[in-house]
Amino acid sequence: MDISKNTFEAMKTLVEQGKRFDGRALTEYRAVEISYDVSKAAEGSARVRMGKTEVIAGVKLTLDKPYPDSPEKGNLLVSGDLLPLASPRYEVGPPKFDAIELPRLVDRVIRESHVIELDKLVVKAGEKVWTVIIDVYPLNDDGNLVDAAVLAAIAALKQAKMPGVTEAGFPDYKHRTKQAVPLAKELVPLSVTLFKLGNALFIDPTREEAEAAEVKCNFGLTKQGKKHMIHSAQKTGAKPFTQKELETAAILIGEKYDELYDKLKKVL
Amino acid sequence: MAVKKISVQGSEEPQKKRYIVVPGEVIVSGEDYLPSDGTRRQGADIVAAKYGLAEEAGMVIRVIPLTGAFVPRRGNQVIGRVSNITMNGWVIDIDWASNAFLPIDESPHFINKNEMDQFLAIGDLMLGKIEGITARGIDLSFDGPGLGKLEGGFSFKVSPNRVPRVIGREGSMINLIKDNTKCDVAVGQNGWCWVYSEDMEGMLKARKAIEMITEKPFVEGLTEKMESWFQENK
Amino acid sequence: MASFKRSDGRKVNELRPMTAKVGVVPNADGSALFAFGDTIAIAAVYGPRLLHPQHMQDPKQATLRVNYDLLSFSVYDRKKPGPSRRSQEISKMTEYALSPVLDLKEFPSTVIDVQIYILQADAGTRTAGINAASMALAHAGLPMKNLVCSVAIGKQDTTVVADLTKEEEDFHEGEGATDFPLAKIANSDQFTLVQLDGNIATELVAEVLEMANETCAEVYEVQKKALKAGATQ
Repeated sequence: MDISKNTFEAMKTLVEQGKRFDGRALTEYRAVEISYDVSKAAEGSARVRMGKTEVIAGVKLTLDKPYPDSPEKGNLLVSGDLLPLASPRYEVGPPKFDAIELPRLVDRVIRESHVIELDKLVVKAGEKVWTVIIDVYPLNDDGNLVDAAVLAAIAALKQAKMPGVTEAGFPDYKHRTKQAVPLAKELVPLSVTLFKLGNALFIDPTREEAEAAEVKCNFGLTKQGKKHMIHSAQKTGAKPFTQKELETAAILIGEKYDELYDKLKKVL
Repeated sequence: MAVKKISVQGSEEPQKKRYIVVPGEVIVSGEDYLPSDGTRRQGADIVAAKYGLAEEAGMVIRVIPLTGAFVPRRGNQVIGRVSNITMNGWVIDIDWASNAFLPIDESPHFINKNEMDQFLAIGDLMLGKIEGITARGIDLSFDGPGLGKLEGGFSFKVSPNRVPRVIGREGSMINLIKDNTKCDVAVGQNGWCWVYSEDMEGMLKARKAIEMITEKPFVEGLTEKMESWFQENK
Repeated sequence: MASFKRSDGRKVNELRPMTAKVGVVPNADGSALFAFGDTIAIAAVYGPRLLHPQHMQDPKQATLRVNYDLLSFSVYDRKKPGPSRRSQEISKMTEYALSPVLDLKEFPSTVIDVQIYILQADAGTRTAGINAASMALAHAGLPMKNLVCSVAIGKQDTTVVADLTKEEEDFHEGEGATDFPLAKIANSDQFTLVQLDGNIATELVAEVLEMANETCAEVYEVQKKALKAGATQ
C-alpha cells in the first residue's frame, strides 16, 4: 500500500518538529553493521546492514582491452540490480528510474573520487588492462540504498585481492595474489544522502520516510587532510532546495561522513 | 514425533497444547481428533497443512499461521487506502492481490457523483468490512460500529498474523492501549493499524506499544508486560 | 567401490555441511537461506499477490512464478547480470519441482512469486535453491502438502556420490563426472525434479534414487529444524 495522506501529513508535522516515528534524531543513522566474505568467487565482497536495509557488494577483475581514449588506464564498471527478492515494490522487467540511478550514483561517488588508481591497472599499454567491476545488490530495501551500497562497495574494494594471471594470459581467479587493488590509500569515498520533507532535512530514511520525502540530494565525498571534498552530487525530485538548506547540507554531510568513516575504520 | 512445546500465557486457556509444526508433519494420530484450520486428515493422522503453531483444544486440532501475507475472508475488517475513484464508488488498496471496491451508497450522506472526493479522496484511509469476495474482486461496506473514513492520525503496518494479539481477548489489549495513550486506535485484519489523537506523543506511544506486541513471536504474560510498560512510560 | 576417495575426503553418501535459516529477507512474506558447503542460496516469497497483465491470470488457481539467478560475483568468471537461457530453464524446472506440494486452488487469479538468488556457487545451486524456496514457501504460511527436498547425486567414474562440488563436476578420469540433480516430496516416493548431465549406466539409476532418498531425509531434518527455530525468533 502506498503512503496515505494521513501518514504523510503526520510525518511532515513530526519531522518539522525534529522527530521521527522510530524515535531517532533527524541526522541520526540506524545501527550500521559491516561484514565481509559474501562470496569466495569475488575478489572482494562485503555486506552492509543499516537498520533493516541490507546491501551486498562484490568486486571482480577481468582482463580487457583499454578504451581507445585511455590506452594507459584500467577500466571501472559499476553495475547493480534492484533484485525483485529485496522488496515487494521491485518487479521483473525493464528497470525503472530508481534501478538505473542506484549504480549510476555509486559509480560517480567512486569514479570521481579517483580512489582507484586506474593507471596502475595496465598489463600492456594499449592492449591489455584490468577492469574493476563492482556489483551492488540490495537484499532487503528499507530505505537509504545508495549510502549503504557505497559503503559496501568501498569495504569490498579495500579487501579485494588481484587475481593471478595464467601462462596463456588469462586471469587465474583460483590463485589470487596477495596484492591489493591499487587504491589511493588516503581516499575513502562515501555517500551521504539528504532527504527533505516540508522544511526538514534528514538522513538515513526508512522506506516509509523515503517514500514521503519530497526531494533528496546525494553527495559523494572524501576527507583530504582536514577538509571534506565533494566529488559528486545529484538532486532527485521536483521540489527545490533553498540556498540556506544547501549551505546547511554542505556542513552536515562532512559530519555524517566522519561518523560513517568511523564505522568503516573499525572493520578495515 | 519429537515436537518442541512452547508455553504461551496471557489470553490463552491453560489446557491447550501448542507447538511449532511444518507442512506435512503429523500432529496427532487417532480417528477421534478433528482437523480444523491449517490441518488435514491423512489416514489416521492429522497432518499440518501450513507452517505455524499447532494447537490441540480438546479433540480439535488447528494450525495458527505465524507468518505470511494477509488473505481476505468475508467479515474481515480491513484498513485500506483509496487508490482510485470510479463512477459508482471508490477503489481501495487493502494489500491484497485484487483491489477492493466501496460502493457510493456507503457514504453516510448524499454525495454528488462529480464530487466523490469530497468524502473520500485518493490517498485517504478507511476502515471497512469485507462483504463478499467474487471473481471480480472484493466488496467493502461501512456496515458496523466504528467503520468509515479514518481522519487524521497515521497508519502503519504490522504482521497480519499478529493482529489478534493486538486486539486481545474481547478487545482487552486494544482497550489497554487506548486507555493508556488517550488515542483512538483501529486495527485491520490486513495488518494495517491506525492511531489518532490531538497529541502526537500519545500516537507515537500507541504505535510503539503495538509494534512491541507484534514484533516478538511469543511473550509470556503479554498483558502484564504491557501494563508495566505503560506505567514506566507515563 | 568403498575405496574411492573423494577430493574433499567425504564419504560417497555424505553431504557437505548444511546451513539453513528462515526470515533472511524481512520485506518478504516468507524467506530462507540454504547452503550446501560453499553453495549459498537465498529465496524470498511474495504473495499471493496481484498478477498483471490480467490476461496471464488463471481464474482456477494461483500461478507459481519462480525466478532463479546467479549473482554476478557468485562465480569466478563473472556472470553478466540478467536472465540467461540457463537461469530461465532452471527457474522453470524449479517451478515444476515445487508446484506439486502447493495448494494453489485457494488463491485463484493471483501469483506467488519465488525469487531465488545464488550468493556463492560451488555446484548444486539449483538443489540448494529448491531447498531454500521450499522453506520460504512454508515460511510464507502457504498451504502445502509437504516440504520439497533436493540433492544432486552424481558420479565419479563409476562411483555414485552425493552432492558434488564444482571440482568434482570437473572430474575427467574413467567415465568422468555425472550430475543428476533430483528433488522429491519429503517422506514420499514422489520425485519432482529429474535432470541429468554426464554419463551413467542405466543399472546405476536405482542406486542413485536410493542415495537421493537417504540424503533428502537429511536435508528435510535441516529444513524442519530451521523452520522450527525461526518461529521463536
